Amino acid sequence: MQNLMGSPMEMELERTLYPYVTGSSVLAIKYKYGILMAADTGGSYGSTLRFKDIQRIKTIGKHSLLGAGGEISDFQEILKYLDELIVYDNMWDDGNSLGPKELHNYLARVMYDRRNKFNPLWNSLVLAGIKNGEKYLGVVTMLGVHYKDNYVATGFGNYLAVPILRKEWRDDLSIEEAMKILEKCMRILLYRDRSSINKYQIAEITDIEATIFSPYSLKTFWGFSAFKEPAKSAEGSW
Amino acid sequence: MEAVKQGSAAIGLRSTSHVVLATVNKTSSELSSHQKKVFKIDDHIGVAIAGLTADGRVLSRYMRNECINHSFVYENPLPVGRLVVRLADKAQVCTQRSWKRPYGVGLLVSGMDELGAHLYYNCPSGNYFEYQAFAIGSRSQAAKTYLERRFESYDKYSGEELIKDALFAIKETLQGEVLTSKVCTVAIVGVGEPFHIVDQKKIQEMIDAMEVTGEAVAEDEQGDDYSTRGATSMES
Repeated sequence: MQNLMGSPMEMELERTLYPYVTGSSVLAIKYKYGILMAADTGGSYGSTLRFKDIQRIKTIGKHSLLGAGGEISDFQEILKYLDELIVYDNMWDDGNSLGPKELHNYLARVMYDRRNKFNPLWNSLVLAGIKNGEKYLGVVTMLGVHYKDNYVATGFGNYLAVPILRKEWRDDLSIEEAMKILEKCMRILLYRDRSSINKYQIAEITDIEATIFSPYSLKTFWGFSAFKEPAKSAEGSW
Repeated sequence: MEAVKQGSAAIGLRSTSHVVLATVNKTSSELSSHQKKVFKIDDHIGVAIAGLTADGRVLSRYMRNECINHSFVYENPLPVGRLVVRLADKAQVCTQRSWKRPYGVGLLVSGMDELGAHLYYNCPSGNYFEYQAFAIGSRSQAAKTYLERRFESYDKYSGEELIKDALFAIKETLQGEVLTSKVCTVAIVGVGEPFHIVDQKKIQEMIDAMEVTGEAVAEDEQGDDYSTRGATSMES
């Protein structure tokens, strides 16, 4: 009984109060020929890691990728309505098509509107795309805050990954270099973010096509001395 | 459709980079100002109307609304083709409801978008077509004849050249009256050039330049066709 604008058809108002099944961070980085996006495939139910095979990155139309952290059911709702938007866009059949910039702004309007109604879609969205050779990478949060940049991260990624991206990003990264940087960030998140899992999906979008690769795992090393004696730096009673 | 034919002339021409609209300003008396026939719809779209000006204003307001709503949601200009279809669908409704009357105005919609330069003509019937060049309103046939001979080379024209040709076509519709910048309104939109009405002074300069060089050329071209068709244009 709900539509994307958060107003139910009947009298009683239902609002999102807190998220239930959540996805963790999403990372994305522009490289020379396109954009790479990475997200793990986990869905947490509070502190339980309930689902381990959730695809949090999807292709939208011909030109864009959408990755989401936060409430998975809200992400599914967004996908359903974006799908309808794309279908209507294709139905025009006139050579014009919705590019990443339009989608980013559309999502920003929707998220902000829902926030104003106190019924947010509990997601942090990453929108990546290329149209006519121009790369576009943007974020929309559940408050309606939106921005674009050469590299982005949501959730914990904002604190742990962005400093690394800031230091290492260059204008003309090759795809291998971009992958290495992303994996470095993902590994740090795996060590430090308790809602992340060691099963990642990378998605790539270039002018030619969008690809979402199969999930894979990173090699981890737990032999750090800090992990061996975790209480070493926690001496004392306060 | 009849209302369109009775309104004063409006013409449009298009190249791959620019679109020009030009209209003849009719005044009801010497004392009054002329009716506004060219409307800016958005930075990238403008229209020229012929027919019931009031209907034209209402439709312009509708078009401006559609454009600004699209810009707000998608932060990108509305593609001209899509605006034109919405306009046509709106006009069609009035042809299928017994309690409504059709909009008595023809619109020449000029615009730039991702796919290039466009010139459309929207009828009161709800039909629309895309054109390289077109003329509507009274005595538009004279302009159409002129454009028919010249349109094939328009694709490569620059903005200036299009304006010159538009002024020539306007001259055709005047049929002997003197062409001055007060009598016509010219507007242009193009790559890197938002829709705007060209300054009166500049138009007068171009007209003066035309009188000197162009007349001779135009006369030669028209010599063959006009004698057979019997349509009069310039009586020198």
